[in-house]
Amino acid sequence: MRITQGTFSYLPDFTDGEIAAQIGYALDRGWAVAVEFTDDPHPRNVLWEMWGLPMFGLADPAGAMDEVLACRAACPGHYVRVTAYDASLGRQTTALSFIVGRPATEPGFRLDRQETTDRRVRYSLHPYAAGQPRGQRYAAGSVGQNGARDS
Amino acid sequence: MAQDQQAERWSAGVIPYAQMGYYAPGYVPADTDLLAAFRITPQTGVPPEEAGAAVAGESSTATWTVVWTDRLTAYDHYQAKCYRVDPVPGRDGEYIAHIAYDIDLFEEGSIPNLTSSIIGNVFGFKALKALRLEDMRIPLHYVKTFQGPPHGIVMEREYLNKYGRPLLGATTKPKLGLSARNYGRVVYEALRGGLDFTKDDENINSQPFMRWRDRFLFTMEAVNRAQERTGEIKGHYLNVTAATMEDMYERADFAKELGSVIIMVDLTVGYTALHSMARWARRNGVLLHLHRAGHSTYTRQKSHGVSFRVIAKWCRLIGVDHIHAGTVVGKLEGDPANVRGYYDTLREARIPASPGNGIYFDQDWGSMPGTMPVASGGIHAGQMHQLLHYLGEDVVLQFGGGTIGHPLGIAAGATANRVATEAMIKARNEGRDFAAEGEDILRDAAKRCQPLQVALDTWGEVTFNYESTDTPDVVATPTA
Repeated sequence: MRITQGTFSYLPDFTDGEIAAQIGYALDRGWAVAVEFTDDPHPRNVLWEMWGLPMFGLADPAGAMDEVLACRAACPGHYVRVTAYDASLGRQTTALSFIVGRPATEPGFRLDRQETTDRRVRYSLHPYAAGQPRGQRYAAGSVGQNGARDS
Repeated sequence: MAQDQQAERWSAGVIPYAQMGYYAPGYVPADTDLLAAFRITPQTGVPPEEAGAAVAGESSTATWTVVWTDRLTAYDHYQAKCYRVDPVPGRDGEYIAHIAYDIDLFEEGSIPNLTSSIIGNVFGFKALKALRLEDMRIPLHYVKTFQGPPHGIVMEREYLNKYGRPLLGATTKPKLGLSARNYGRVVYEALRGGLDFTKDDENINSQPFMRWRDRFLFTMEAVNRAQERTGEIKGHYLNVTAATMEDMYERADFAKELGSVIIMVDLTVGYTALHSMARWARRNGVLLHLHRAGHSTYTRQKSHGVSFRVIAKWCRLIGVDHIHAGTVVGKLEGDPANVRGYYDTLREARIPASPGNGIYFDQDWGSMPGTMPVASGGIHAGQMHQLLHYLGEDVVLQFGGGTIGHPLGIAAGATANRVATEAMIKARNEGRDFAAEGEDILRDAAKRCQPLQVALDTWGEVTFNYESTDTPDVVATPTA
């Protein structure tokens, strides 16, 4: 399966040029770009690990692209995303968030059902990979640009 | 006031409202006043100033005759004041009356109380042929007495973990008649195909063909299955509209218990019930969607009723997270300038007066969260560039027929809409003139997405070009 979190998951994986263009859009708006990674893709896992701090005050998209590439290289078998944060009054929230790297194989989720009374069911979603300890959840390969395997 | 005028003012009998103090052309509204702009159509022979004064009187303290008991009060304070009357350009016999109300006239945090005055008896007043409430300025002092949206746009996005693009939805069709199991099928296919939300229609409550509890159970199975297939958070607006508050609370509690992120109610439940559901939604962490069922009976005609921009304002104050607010390009009424005014009213923190968009007054919302507008009714993937251009990013685009009617199936229809959205956002962010190049952008995206190609082939030429009934009336100001 393909996890479709993020702003652009239904489009083909972005090239580095396409990623840089989105970063440029964010920087033009004064948003702080950050790179984050995880190997727990549960949809309610909002706290992906931070690849350094958000890049406040950055002007050139190339600086953020370097971090994207470095994070991808250092974290094979992980999801990597770029986020842009809008700190303006009334927003103070993420403005853009898209996946720029993902494990080569995505086994997806197991849906558990606990039957209770009156036909009610309690649902629980488990990433198959979450059965393993952090860092050992996906094969080392990962997908970066254009769906090509990095390793 | 001279002594003889004073005597005349208080002698028993009927005197013009203007003479009773309801017409005050020199009055400068206080920052704390509520302001209203009424479109008035006086009966033949009734001067517009007197008609405006009558509206001020009948919507505040007055009755048809002089009453001595006014003199037991600080009546100057409680009387609404018509301070300005302007003819409407191009509309013979119609005037805009500006009326100021002291904030003390209204109970804190109560739209039922506000509306009982402002759109109460006065709308049946015989001296007017017609009356329309065009806009209101709610002073920040009064705004602060309302709860507002239970969660608001920012919290909704953080809750759903979805950023940077319009949210996508679909209303389950056919509107009526599906069994709960079949209903769940439609929901599952639409959500797994790429939509964020599906929706009960306004008239789906608990009918013989599908009782509410069965619908909730099958729908939540569909929502959870779609989450498993996509790794995304999904929602279905479970309509809890019912005959009594007790029934609505029961249904809402059950939806919460099943883990639904969102419920919905119809505007037909009334303002008091909406206030109650807004509190329930804040208390229980569930998003609240409002379907504006019935609004066109009083919002659509220019000369009589209440403009939707006022309804939008009241609903943001009461507190809903979503409200249907027009599509511009779809099948339902929605002049582009007016719709822009509604969307600004719902989403922005400070809205300056802009007659071109039908906004008569500056409005300051303070820190009250925004309500997410919902565009629904006759829209399809081929209009994505226009939708993004007119409606922006903080909006739910709902493609009912445009998803479920897709020739390759519901999931394919959903995918077509999602791909069209993401492709258009990508192009916009890359700096392309997406409004002008929209058709090319969609065609390119369709090369790598067959469902989108089929959607464009099926609906690409469908438009709803009818003249709008409700449009702003302004004198065109020449621009340099």
